[in-house]
Amino acid sequence: MIRFILGRLIKAVFILLAILVFNFLLIHAAPGDPAAVMAGEAGAADEKFLADLRARFGLDQPLYMQLWLYIKGAVQLDLGYSFRQQMPVAEMIGDRLPATLLLTGVAFVLSLVLGVTAGVAASARQGRWGDTIISTFALLFYATPLFWVALMATLVFSVWLEWLPGFGYSTIGAGYTGMAHVLDVAKHLVLPATTLGLFFTAIYMRMTRASMLEVSRLDFVKTARAKGLTRGVIQRRHILRNALLPVITLAGLQAGQIFGGAILTETVFAWPGIGRLMFEAINQRDYNVILGVFYISAAMVLLFNLITDVIYVIVDPRIRLTT
Amino acid sequence: MMSFWKRFSYNRGAVIGLVILTFVIVAAVLAPILFPQSPWKMVQRPFLPPFTQDGLLLGTDALGRDVLAGLAHGAYVSLLVGLVSTIVALAIGVPVGAAAGYFAGRIDDALMRFTEFFQTIPSFALAIVLLAIFQPSLTFVIIAISIVSWPPVARLVRGEVLSLRTREFVEAASLSGLGNLQIITRHILPNALPPIIVLASLMVAQAILLESSLSFLGLGDPNIMSWGYMIGAARTVIRTAWWLSFLPGMAILLTVLALNLIGEGLNDALNPRLTRKSE
Repeated sequence: MIRFILGRLIKAVFILLAILVFNFLLIHAAPGDPAAVMAGEAGAADEKFLADLRARFGLDQPLYMQLWLYIKGAVQLDLGYSFRQQMPVAEMIGDRLPATLLLTGVAFVLSLVLGVTAGVAASARQGRWGDTIISTFALLFYATPLFWVALMATLVFSVWLEWLPGFGYSTIGAGYTGMAHVLDVAKHLVLPATTLGLFFTAIYMRMTRASMLEVSRLDFVKTARAKGLTRGVIQRRHILRNALLPVITLAGLQAGQIFGGAILTETVFAWPGIGRLMFEAINQRDYNVILGVFYISAAMVLLFNLITDVIYVIVDPRIRLTT
Repeated sequence: MMSFWKRFSYNRGAVIGLVILTFVIVAAVLAPILFPQSPWKMVQRPFLPPFTQDGLLLGTDALGRDVLAGLAHGAYVSLLVGLVSTIVALAIGVPVGAAAGYFAGRIDDALMRFTEFFQTIPSFALAIVLLAIFQPSLTFVIIAISIVSWPPVARLVRGEVLSLRTREFVEAASLSGLGNLQIITRHILPNALPPIIVLASLMVAQAILLESSLSFLGLGDPNIMSWGYMIGAARTVIRTAWWLSFLPGMAILLTVLALNLIGEGLNDALNPRLTRKSE
């Protein structure tokens, strides 16, 4: 087990290094002077300022030295400096990361629970109206642009019905503490987490349904039926346990997509996470922040993949531990 | 061919999808004829609600532009981006997957590592990074979408080629003295075509969603009217003019839904033996 985790970690480190090289190449491939690109001031800064920047970031050194300095910095979590915000990028991301982890975590658990439940329910009613209704919903949410669902949810539940706040992380100026603060944040979380979760609910539902139907045709299920076990027991203990495996694999692969969805959801709901940070950085052409968020989000996805791999091995002991 | 249509039309959803898509294609083709003026041009006072004025069926947006004209021109952009970026993604993914599956061994290892790298990194964030650094133009939007959407093609093609290359007809082709390239292109790939076609139809749908998300964030071509841009521009006025965000969103939803339905129909028609899994 330890060897397996170690192998995965080494692979993850290689991917992160590759992303750093990629980021570095992008800065240099971008139109214009890298110093100007980094400063986010393409064409506007004066020559003296740029010369200072070049010396400060080692941009006057040969390219391979620059790459080395860039990687060395990133490994020590020095992701450069945001000239727009006058703040180190790592600090900005650190401030915003917890909000993103909360949003994506809640959305992920929600979509997995809802998706598997709906998938099981649909497969048990295969071909009947219950199945048709659930499958139609899944098909619709799978085809709906996430940012649009988010906007429409704000419109209906926040503007028209006034049930839930459609903006921000907590009530500004309310000064809640303790339990009241937790409740306040939870209320703000409902709309973003639900909209982000719905798309993935649709994916997990379809996967669970297909997987349940496939497993239910296998011989051991016939044996269980022949033994006289009840439908419910067969569904839960025999079919579901086996049908869940491909769903877990898929869920692990979806980690990157959930983060992509978070960029859109956070943008619409003004949720102060790194997705919203990236959107703000796009508008200001703050390249160091954009690349920093990209790097950190990739690191998060790799970490998440590692966790799902470990869960997978625990759930299914038949899996050989290959790296 | 006859049985193909029979099986395809047996799936009622697929037929509905085909009808919707035909409508969108007609709208896209007729856009320059029905709305010869630029969709950016101001034609009336801003915020004209739908169904209130003749000649402006869906009203005007925050800058007095014709919403219906925007939707029609947007249909063209969505279909173009969806189609071209899927073709480009196929052009990357099919050779990578075919080479990996056919040559196996080290080449397979290296190519699959490369594919895995692109599959692990958050693809939407990667598309944003690419477009933020290079100036967003239609070409770059298409390139960015292709770069993030080819890995599933490579994996699918590799799997198909891997299972086909040990079959007798491939051995026969090999014994008859054909080169590797000819065996792959003339004998293996044609047999792997059905699942690739199904995947491609779903990729067009995903590319349209991706394009709308990118232009919603302001990363689309600033000179081209697209559905995502329309929603992004109407976002700030959602309290007063909700239909400006609602209508383009419905257009995206219907188009993507139609393509997904067609994908399922194609799957039923082309792979009758396979049970449907998830994409």
